[in-house]
Amino acid sequence: MSEKEVKNLEEIFEARIARDEKIEPKDWMPEKYRQTHIRQMSQHAHSEIVGMLPEGNWITRAPSLRRKAALLAKVQDEAGHGLYLYSACETLGISRDELYEQLHSGKAKYSSIFNYPTVTWADMGAVGWLVDGAAIINQVPLCNTSFGPYARAMVRVCKEESFHQRQGFEIMLTLCRGSEEQKAMAQDALNRWWWPSLMMLGPTDAESIHTEQSMKWKLKRKSNDELRQQFIDQTVPQADLLGLTIPDPDLKFNKETGSYDFGEINWDEFWQVVKGHGPCNKERMSARVNAWNNGEWVRDAAMAHAEKNANKKIAKAS
Amino acid sequence: MKKNWPLWEIFVRSKNGLEHRHFGSLHAADAEMAMENARDVYTRRNEGVSIWVVESKNITASNPADNGEMFEPAQDKVYRHPTFYDLPDEVKHM
Repeated sequence: MSEKEVKNLEEIFEARIARDEKIEPKDWMPEKYRQTHIRQMSQHAHSEIVGMLPEGNWITRAPSLRRKAALLAKVQDEAGHGLYLYSACETLGISRDELYEQLHSGKAKYSSIFNYPTVTWADMGAVGWLVDGAAIINQVPLCNTSFGPYARAMVRVCKEESFHQRQGFEIMLTLCRGSEEQKAMAQDALNRWWWPSLMMLGPTDAESIHTEQSMKWKLKRKSNDELRQQFIDQTVPQADLLGLTIPDPDLKFNKETGSYDFGEINWDEFWQVVKGHGPCNKERMSARVNAWNNGEWVRDAAMAHAEKNANKKIAKAS
Repeated sequence: MKKNWPLWEIFVRSKNGLEHRHFGSLHAADAEMAMENARDVYTRRNEGVSIWVVESKNITASNPADNGEMFEPAQDKVYRHPTFYDLPDEVKHM
């Protein structure tokens, strides 16, 4: 294809997106669109899969059967969300094995929030309330993104995600209405998860390198800073309801903007965690890599079994 | 040589009376495993009463590059639509 022909196709493509048409896997698309989507969708899928680890930590120690069933269902949803997203990503011509390889080698990223430890039961509450809350804010606009398989996967994810946040808030509420120690535990969890949750919505607009292109392709509908403000504005009243204090002395309602002003985010910490130096990066990756490597013989055995059965059927038929 | 689990397309009937609809895809070693995985991945909340699994390689899809010759001829065949025919207003229920 000549450069001029590609340019022409690109213009038609951009116009389709501008008209709110969806792009499907077999349609022509610019290579950069394909690569950007593989990057974002796989990162999203990896986050779901790695996100199971901090919570899996508490399944066997949940304080009641009700809590245990809910947590188990939530972690199972996350596995499901990872699977929806991986298969949507594979429609762009990358294999599942390549995607895993990128995660395991560190080439692909996952949400930095999952590199923090879950040290008490209250963390299950805080993660559901804050981390899933921030995730929902990020994800809802993606239900209208331009790439069809991603948008469809996100519709399903968003439908399921709301229970995650509600069960988290319920855990917090129960602790806050409990003993002094329980309430202190909830406050401690909020103290540790608040700032990482704000960071989870991504670098500031000034630092965000992909924003402009992503807006055009509807991979993003609002900027990181707008999403962060939305998250803070909706979460502060919920903290008040719990009777907990947000660990930010500069947090103050601004009557003029109708929003909360907030303190400086420690971006050094964010970049340290992104670069692999968070409290649990190594632990998370080694859990993933071990699960994959130790499962290899099972995958191979299942394949061998399937082939043997298929051959048997052929032999019977002939 | 290492072989990866093939890809399967999953179709779910959400309730009797409705058609099976494409829900997504997943990897599985064989049809039986594809069925079990489809149940766990796509029907955790009563989304279905029946599942079809089809190995993706068995699906033949049209090419969007051929959309012109495939679908455009239908556009100028307005006489296939009821509104093409002029009838007096007195004719009811037709």
